[in-house]
Amino acid sequence: MSGPDRAPDLRPWFLLAPALLSIIVLVVIPMSFILVYSFYENIDLAVDRAAFQFSNWQELFRDKYYHVAIWKTLRLSVIVTILAAVLGYVPAYFIAMTRFRHRWLLLLLLILPFWVSFIIRTLSWIHILGNQGALNGLFEWLGLTDAPLSMMYNETTVIIGFLHVFLPYMILNVYVSLDGIDDNLEPAARTLGATPWQAFREVTLPLSLPGLAAGCLLVFVLTGGSYVTPLILGGPNDYLFGNLIHDAVVSELNWPMGATLSFTLLVMLGLIVVIYSRFMGINQLAKAFR
Amino acid sequence: MKKIDSTRRYEILRERMGNGDVDRRTFAGLLGAAGITAGVSGGIMTALAREARAAGTTLYFEGWGGVVSDALRKYAFDPYEAATGNKVVDSTFGGETEVMTKIKAAGNTEGHNILHSSGVNWYARWVDAGYGSELNEANIPNLANVMEAIIKPFRAITPDSLSAVPYDYGTTGIAYNTKYISKEEAESLGANLLLKKELKGKIGGWGDAANRVWYGALQSDQDPNNIQDWDAVWAKVREGRDLVLKYWSSGAELMDLLAKEEIYTTEAWSGRVAALQEQGHPIAYFDPKNGLAWMESMFVLKGSPMAEAEELLNFMLDPATSIAVAEGQKYPSSLDPNKVAMTDMIKALPAYDPTGKLENLVFRNPAIWNPLEKEYTKEWNRIAKGG
Repeated sequence: MSGPDRAPDLRPWFLLAPALLSIIVLVVIPMSFILVYSFYENIDLAVDRAAFQFSNWQELFRDKYYHVAIWKTLRLSVIVTILAAVLGYVPAYFIAMTRFRHRWLLLLLLILPFWVSFIIRTLSWIHILGNQGALNGLFEWLGLTDAPLSMMYNETTVIIGFLHVFLPYMILNVYVSLDGIDDNLEPAARTLGATPWQAFREVTLPLSLPGLAAGCLLVFVLTGGSYVTPLILGGPNDYLFGNLIHDAVVSELNWPMGATLSFTLLVMLGLIVVIYSRFMGINQLAKAFR
Repeated sequence: MKKIDSTRRYEILRERMGNGDVDRRTFAGLLGAAGITAGVSGGIMTALAREARAAGTTLYFEGWGGVVSDALRKYAFDPYEAATGNKVVDSTFGGETEVMTKIKAAGNTEGHNILHSSGVNWYARWVDAGYGSELNEANIPNLANVMEAIIKPFRAITPDSLSAVPYDYGTTGIAYNTKYISKEEAESLGANLLLKKELKGKIGGWGDAANRVWYGALQSDQDPNNIQDWDAVWAKVREGRDLVLKYWSSGAELMDLLAKEEIYTTEAWSGRVAALQEQGHPIAYFDPKNGLAWMESMFVLKGSPMAEAEELLNFMLDPATSIAVAEGQKYPSSLDPNKVAMTDMIKALPAYDPTGKLENLVFRNPAIWNPLEKEYTKEWNRIAKGG
């Protein structure tokens, strides 16, 4: 039991200092600048006036255009997250449970796509799903179609593009969680009469949920903050909130509005993390890495 | 020294596959190898490149990529480097707003010297933003061969000195696949070909706001340099938006969409279509009445090493260089055909004006368009997304 006059233990703060400093320098200060810029006034393309006014924020709250983009972003992020969870769990389970001696090789294969530029990985889908892509070539070779099927530049291709890029994040998180489960638990459940499916459902799945939850949070936030994938693989209807930021900053050269939208996206995704933490318990996510 | 990023390498490879220079299997193999090589050696190569560049005066050039940048590299920059010992580091942009965003974010023009700038309106924008340099025309004697008609609009903006030299011109007309659309139908419909409902899902468009407005004006029977009914323009823009498969944002994307038959018709840059035709694709091109013409300049940004920049511009305007670049990029040279003999190939290029007066081409009037750009860009970005 500690005595009342014992000096406070500062060691956690020393250990946390590098991380806190990084967050302050790389996140808090730049975002503060962005918040300040959101009150500036855009006079013409690339011409801003320092001011403290709320027209950008008023536009954001009143204009349905931005609300639709928020809805589309949340909707697509949920779809991608659910699909990534379902599709990612299976390979993660396989890698974690395999008796293959060179499991590291499977993990390396998972990481290998990161060596290729994200843009090129996204563009590669044009060669797979395009009119003269591999899939249409296969269909024609098999005699299934006479003319190419139009498969590109729609929401499905955007979702596929996102899954391609973000699936490894989900698999790695789930894998780490599964790998940490005691190997004897499932056999123990089996000896007590559980079927393989019951053993998985009652023992393995619940214990792997922290990893699944961490993967879901990552994929959701990464999807919500994207704009390149819809730009390359989507049609006119396929855009996210990030595309509006790109338009404001790069196309309209309206940095104050871009700052307003950027700060909104940050708050929106931050709120989701907070709500997620409230219901899932952010400390649960840490278990994925134990 | 040529600087190309992974995406550019990939575009070149895609073009080669599209041309039939490499088969699909080789393409996939090369792509994989390139990815691994870039991943393993990227850091080392960057360090080596930085060291190599430190050896001489370096000019940073930014242009439109694809066949245009290839022609400039091959016929202008490589010979210039060999002749002078200076280096030209070239990279690509999707539009000049990208460059302006970068410069504004950095707070200076470091790493940006010469832009392949599009249109007199962008010349005015760069100058108005305070990025214009003052060229010493005595150091650019080849400027005397440039058409007076193409220099005039630039001098009107900066009467005391130029910040750029006009280098080429072209049009944004309409390209169509002759397998699916006849010449008669295309030319009788004109700009309204892009509104043909039967082609829904097979129409493309350039996602540039000014271009959308220009074509909206044509489709609503208005003079694009004197638009009276903006509601009619936006109605046509919306009508077109519902039929479009994809708004493209680069020349490479435009060529890919047309070559792969993802789309059958779109507005298109004349030179890019000429490049597709040379590759054997069944793509035809025409300029509808009042189709958009533009002139491109080599814009020198304030703070650049002026003597070397002027030397490069003079080298680029040398008739032999200028004609070789024009043939390579498929856009007519800014040189006056009354002073410099043009080749048959250039004479056959779309938009080529044998008179050297450019009176038959319709350009965007910056005095009308620039003050409206903020408003119409915002409106277009909304309509593009269904707003």
